[in-house]
Amino acid sequence: MTEHDIEITVNGTDHEMTVDSRTLLVHALRDQLGYTGPNVGCESSMCGACTIHLDGEAVKSCTVLAVQADGSDVTTVGDFADRDSLHPIQESFSEEHGLQCGYCTPGMIMTTSELLERNPDPNEEEIREALEGNLCRCTGYQNIVKAVESAAEKMRTTATAEGDD
Amino acid sequence: MYPSEFDYERAETVDHALELLSGDPEAKIISGGHSLIPMMKSGLANPGTLVDIGEIDELTGIEWDDDTVSVGALTTYATIADDDELWDELPVLAEAAHEVGDIQVRNRGTIGGNVAHGDPASDLPAAVLAADATVVVQGPDGERRIDVDDFFLGMYATELGEDEILTGLEFPRSENATTTGAYVKKPSPSSGYALVGVAVSLEVDDGRIESARVAANGIMDHGVRLEPVEDGLVGESLDDVSFEDVAAVADEDLEEFMMMDDIQASAEFRAQLLKVYTEEALNDAVDRLDASLPTA
Ligand SMILES: Cc1cc2nc3c(=O)[nH]c(=O)nc-3n(C[C@H](O)[C@H](O)[C@H](O)COP(=O)(O)OP(=O)(O)OC[C@H]3O[C@@H](n4cnc5c(N)ncnc54)[C@H](O)[C@@H]3O)c2cc1C
Ligand code: FES
Ligand code: FES
Repeated sequence: MTEHDIEITVNGTDHEMTVDSRTLLVHALRDQLGYTGPNVGCESSMCGACTIHLDGEAVKSCTVLAVQADGSDVTTVGDFADRDSLHPIQESFSEEHGLQCGYCTPGMIMTTSELLERNPDPNEEEIREALEGNLCRCTGYQNIVKAVESAAEKMRTTATAEGDD
Repeated sequence: MYPSEFDYERAETVDHALELLSGDPEAKIISGGHSLIPMMKSGLANPGTLVDIGEIDELTGIEWDDDTVSVGALTTYATIADDDELWDELPVLAEAAHEVGDIQVRNRGTIGGNVAHGDPASDLPAAVLAADATVVVQGPDGERRIDVDDFFLGMYATELGEDEILTGLEFPRSENATTTGAYVKKPSPSSGYALVGVAVSLEVDDGRIESARVAANGIMDHGVRLEPVEDGLVGESLDDVSFEDVAAVADEDLEEFMMMDDIQASAEFRAQLLKVYTEEALNDAVDRLDASLPTA
C-alpha cells in the first residue's frame, strides 16, 4: 500500500488525511494541513528548523514519515501563538534578540520548551547541549542562550507563584 | 528530498512483523528511522516495503532481574540516558546513549536500530561490546541468542539475518565486584558521529581490576574489542596501573588495512586518537568509581 488514511492531532485539533508512504511529516503538516510553523531548512536531519513535539518529545519532522505518526499527537510552534499573550519563551527570544531572520526560531522554541520541561533551571552548558541539533546562521547563539536563561527564570517564577496560590 | 516509492505496513506484534518480512526480500524493518530515512532520501537504501515495528509495545523498556538487565530493541537513547539505575550499574551504556547525536535524535533513535544497522561510526557497538551483551533475535525458526562478540561482522554487516528481528539486548549484572565504565568519543566536527569512540567496562574488587572489557568504534569497519588493553588491565591494582602505558597498545591487534581511512580522518590519526581516548575512558571509569564510593 503506498497511500494511507491516517489520523493525527495537531495543536489539539484532530485531522484525518490521506498520505503517500513517502510523505514526510513536515510536508504533511505544512502542505496538506497548513501548519507552517515547522520550517524546512536542510531536509536532512541536520538543522532542526522542522522540530515539533511528537507525543510530547522534540523530534525533527523531516526525519519522520507522516504515516509513522498515524495516531500521534503533534504540537507545532503554532500552539504558542494561539494565546492572548506571548509565552515566556517567545517573550524572552524577543527581548534578548534571540532571533534575526527567524528561520530557525520555531525549532529553537520547540527544543527549548522540551528542555525547560525536563530541566527548569539549566546552566549554560546544558542549554548549549540541548540546542546542539538546532542551527542558527544569524545570531551566533549567544543571545539564544540568554533568551533560554531568561525564559527559564520567568517560568520558574510563574511556577512558584502558582504553587503559592 | 523525498525517498522513492515504497509500501508501508505497520506491524502489531513481533509475529506479525516476521510474517510481513517472510517471503519479501525487498522488505525492511523501520524502527526510529533515523538511519534508514536519511539513507532512503539519498538513494542509499531503496526498500520495496517498510515494516514498521515502532508501535510494538513489548519491544520497549528496561527490565531488571537478579542477574540480567534487559533493554528492549525499541528503547530510545533518551530513555536509556535518563535512567539513573543504568548510570549506576551500566554507565557505559547510559553514557554512550547520551553521546548520540542531539536531543531530537535521542528522542527517536533506538538501541535495536543502532545495533542492527552496524554503522562503523555509531556509538552503541563499542558500548554493547564492552557491556558483554547478548543480542536477542526472533526469526522464522524462533529465538536466537547471539553473543555480542560474534555479532558485528563488517561495515553495515551483522550476524542478523534478513528475515530476523532484533528484539532486545541483555546485559549481565555483576555479583560481588563493583562495576564501573565510561564511553568517550571524538565526534566528527560535521556529522557528530564518532571518528573514534572508546567504551570501557571494569569490575573492581578491593582496588584490583577483576575483569575488563574495552571496545572501540569508528576505528575499524565494525566495533571491535581491544584485547591487548584488556590484558594489560586484568589483575592490576588501581593504585599502580598506568593507563597511559596500557592504552599505548590499543591498536596493536588491529589489522591496519581494515582501519577506517577517509576524508574526515586518516587511519594513522584515528590510531593516535584511539590511544588518547582509551586512556581518557579508563580515567573516567575510575573517577566514576571514586565518586560513587561512600565517603567516610
Ligand atoms: C542528525 C543525526 C545524527 C546522528 N548522530 C549519531 C551519533 O552521533 N551516533 C550514533 O550512534 N548514531 C547517530 N545517528 C543515527 C541514529 O543513532 C539512528 O537512530 C540509529 O543508527 C538507527 O536506529 P533507528 O532506530 O533510527 O533505526 P532505523 O533507521 O529505523 O533502522 C536502521 C537499520 O536497522 C534495521 N533495523 C532497525 N531496527 C531493527 C530491529 N529491531 N531488528 C532488525 N533490524 C532493524 C533497519 O532495517 C535499517 O536497516 C544520527 C542520526 C541522525 C539523523
Ligand atoms: S529541515 Fe529537518 S532538520 Fe533541517
Ligand atoms: S535567526 Fe536566522 S537562522 Fe537563526
